[in-house]
Amino acid sequence: MLTYALRRFLISIPIIILATFLIFGAISLSGDPLQDLRQQPNITAEQIDRVRELRGLDEPFPVQYWRWIQQIPTSGFGEYLLSPRPIWPDLQRVLLNTLQLVLPAEIIAFIIAVALGVVSAKRQYSVFDYTTTTLSFFGYSMPAFWFALLLQVAVVQIFFITGVRIFPIANLSSANPGTGLAFFLDRVHHLILPIASLAIFSVASYSRYMRASMLEVIHSDYVRTARAKGVSERRITIKHSMRNALIPTITVAALSFGNVVSGAIVIETVFGLDGMGRYFIAQLGRRDPYPIMAWLFVIAVVIVVFNLLADLIYGYLDPRIRYD
Amino acid sequence: MTDQGRPTRREHGLQTPADFPPTHASDVHDEREVLLDDDYSDGAQIEARSQWQLFRRKFLRHKLAMGSLVFLVIIGIGAFFAEQLAPYGYEEIDVLRANTAPTFEGLHFFGTDQLGRDYFSRVLYGTRTSLQVAVVVALLSTAIGTAVGAAAGFYRGWVDSVLMRLTDLVLILPGLAVLLVAAALFGQGSPLRIALILALLFWVSLARVVRGVFLSLREMEYVQAARASGASDLRIMFRHMLPNTIGPIIVNLTLVLASAILVEATLAFLGFGVNPPIPALGRLISDGRSSMQSMWWLIIMPGVTLVSIALAINFVGDGLRDGLDPTQQET
Amino acid sequence: MTEPLLSIRDLVTEFATPDGVVHAVDGVSYDVYPGETLGVVGESGSGKSVTVMSILGLIPQPPGRVANGEVLLEGRDLLTLSEREMRLVRGKEIAMIFQDPMTSLNPVLTVGDQLSEAIVTHDADIGEDAARERVVGLLELVGVPNADDRFDQYPHEYSGGMRQRAMIAMAIANQPKVLIADEPTTALDVTIQAQVLEVLQKAQDETNAGTILITHDLGVIAEMADRVVVMYGGRVVESGTAEEIFHSPKHPYTLGLLSSLTRPNVDLERLEPIPGQPPSLINLPSGCSFHPRCHLGQGRAVCRSEVPPLLELGVGRRSACHFHEEMSQEVARVEQETGAHFDGEL
Repeated sequence: MLTYALRRFLISIPIIILATFLIFGAISLSGDPLQDLRQQPNITAEQIDRVRELRGLDEPFPVQYWRWIQQIPTSGFGEYLLSPRPIWPDLQRVLLNTLQLVLPAEIIAFIIAVALGVVSAKRQYSVFDYTTTTLSFFGYSMPAFWFALLLQVAVVQIFFITGVRIFPIANLSSANPGTGLAFFLDRVHHLILPIASLAIFSVASYSRYMRASMLEVIHSDYVRTARAKGVSERRITIKHSMRNALIPTITVAALSFGNVVSGAIVIETVFGLDGMGRYFIAQLGRRDPYPIMAWLFVIAVVIVVFNLLADLIYGYLDPRIRYD
Repeated sequence: MTDQGRPTRREHGLQTPADFPPTHASDVHDEREVLLDDDYSDGAQIEARSQWQLFRRKFLRHKLAMGSLVFLVIIGIGAFFAEQLAPYGYEEIDVLRANTAPTFEGLHFFGTDQLGRDYFSRVLYGTRTSLQVAVVVALLSTAIGTAVGAAAGFYRGWVDSVLMRLTDLVLILPGLAVLLVAAALFGQGSPLRIALILALLFWVSLARVVRGVFLSLREMEYVQAARASGASDLRIMFRHMLPNTIGPIIVNLTLVLASAILVEATLAFLGFGVNPPIPALGRLISDGRSSMQSMWWLIIMPGVTLVSIALAINFVGDGLRDGLDPTQQET
Repeated sequence: MTEPLLSIRDLVTEFATPDGVVHAVDGVSYDVYPGETLGVVGESGSGKSVTVMSILGLIPQPPGRVANGEVLLEGRDLLTLSEREMRLVRGKEIAMIFQDPMTSLNPVLTVGDQLSEAIVTHDADIGEDAARERVVGLLELVGVPNADDRFDQYPHEYSGGMRQRAMIAMAIANQPKVLIADEPTTALDVTIQAQVLEVLQKAQDETNAGTILITHDLGVIAEMADRVVVMYGGRVVESGTAEEIFHSPKHPYTLGLLSSLTRPNVDLERLEPIPGQPPSLINLPSGCSFHPRCHLGQGRAVCRSEVPPLLELGVGRRSACHFHEEMSQEVARVEQETGAHFDGEL
């Protein structure tokens, strides 16, 4: 298991390196970042040339690439194109905020989805099964941003009618969030709607996979063997079926992390959360390549880390994987 | 799950960029079980025909899928003839009738917006944009995906390795971020442009499906027989293998259609979609946000339209999958 | 003879399919006596597996359903037991060995864990160490080398033959009264089959369980079985001792099975395979369901119109053929045509 884990870890290093090539290649080769500045009347040609020289934009691409790579560990992705502010503090802040949104959403979604999938499969073709199936169809036929907007409308309408504001519909914290437990509760209160909006798609998707793999496992020979041994249904489900059925579902969840980031971009925009997604959209609008590259790099690392984690869980659940 | 047939971790889920899961157990692993139309034995031909009948019977019985198909055809015709059917132009301003809730008076079925533009007309044109983008994405990604997947599955070797690594990458990437970067770099604009950007990602899942089917088909006896009898590679691929991949391709096509519509709407919502003034459902919702608390129809009408279309496509896809899956029992 | 250990009486098991209700088992009766090996032979779809699945209540419901009959284990009708009571029977009083050892063991649990489970399920107080000790002993008994190390290995680290040995060890873990082996060697390499049969024999000797051995391989029957039940189209068509079945079959289907066997002293081209296909259970032929393939019937009207009753010809000797009296001439004819001798030697 240890060598398996080590091997998995080592494999992820070239992937990160490849990611830096792709990110730098895509962003740098796609055009002159100063192009847009020329159109702006209040910026002079000298100013542009100074930025160009400062940033080494005339140097060959390998040199520029190497300069960018060096900046990652030494000065945390360097500075913004037009202002001498460092990028990393901003990125760190939004990354932590986004993790507060994404991690609970995914964990909650996964638990709910596994439960729904198991029960649906155990009671195939029951009312419960049909209901969750139909709801999950809605779940992945509905754009997340629209569902989030509906939640906002609902909360505000409830406020209009009852005068009670059950959930905040924007921001991560109140104006005076307090400290300690009060801060935490305030944050949870603010994050409930975004988490719900983000989780709904994952629940719909993972529960389908869980149901499908659970159905396959339920009808497998080894479950029949367990039954023939006289093992109780409850124990068969927990010990024999679920463990096997979780393996493909975890794979799907790990591979879906990119989708979750996509979801976070949308949800943060709708709820005005100071996270990775909103930051990304803002920087795209400003056409500044440096924070965009930094953002893409951080996301690549996060995805690789989560895949590594999934690999380890996978190796733990499935003994066959450890030896291949 | 036997040891031999066990897919590797990466091959487990067949994900589209929007991660559309199958509803039935057999879908997860067995994309091999498609209709087999055999040229060499009469018996198999009879079987193929009865399988086709079985498919038709199952699909027709799938009331939800049939209803959805009818609904989609109506929506499609409506969108195609938007110019003839819309009671107003999408840019036609009538300040006197601004902020009208849905009403039959003046044919404002979906109400009007802050400038008094007829919302039904705008949603209809927006639907047309969505469908245009989705259809182009579906056609493009099917063409590319089938070609690449067939080549990879048939020749294996480095074509296959490159494809698989590429699809691995695309599967774990945050698709929306990539599309946003692409839209920002290559410029948003016409529906065709947006479609080209989307197709960049969507062909991958289809290539994977086609590859999987080809990999298993190339080991089938009738393919071996065709090869032994000296048929050319292209002939084997087009004549013997491709017909058997039609089922999975069509099912995947529905997934691509549905997710392309949703992703296009998301891009538009974030302001990276089709350029104004062409209406897009996502942008209508985005524009309607500021007044959504008092004018609910501004987000409900385009949203419900969007969800209905995506839902209908997914239902049709589910019906197709049920019909094409020989292991699935009717109940 | 002693009292039967297990008696199946008029068992009917049906499955709902899109094309109608299928009677996979249609009025099957047979007995198993303590310590004996009862061979059940038949083509796929003859209902031999479904019968034993019905005994253990392992028919997937829906679409399956045991519609009628009794399964008496020492006089107690298993079909009337609750699910909870039935669990106490499974693996304890009646244990089963399945066909495919590659898929019958859970891939994510160690073999030892799965064998211990069989013991712990029926003896919750045994304790982990004692259970392990017993499992290691069982693995040694069935010939798994290095049993103590093998305990902690996963099924994928076992070969097919070793897995089937482990399955046999699992089945005899609780000294069952009835042991059911459903095609235990079919999925294995020919070279391994004999070894596994040997282990099965040993396991049976150890437990003195009444054994139901299901197979389509008459060679296995000749090797192992004391008595034989032949099934066709969901019904029992003939039963008797192994000797009787091999020497003087009383049903043309049994004769067909025997004469389609390859033997060292018979030319391949003189083999007489049974013509046609096994019957479709959805649409069983009228009368005797074997009549479209039968050489003896020669299209006689009664074969097509009347279902032949399963007649008692002697003690434990039964045949469901309208013309079982003509069987000895028929046997002689086939012997002459093929040059085979139905002397029980295969």
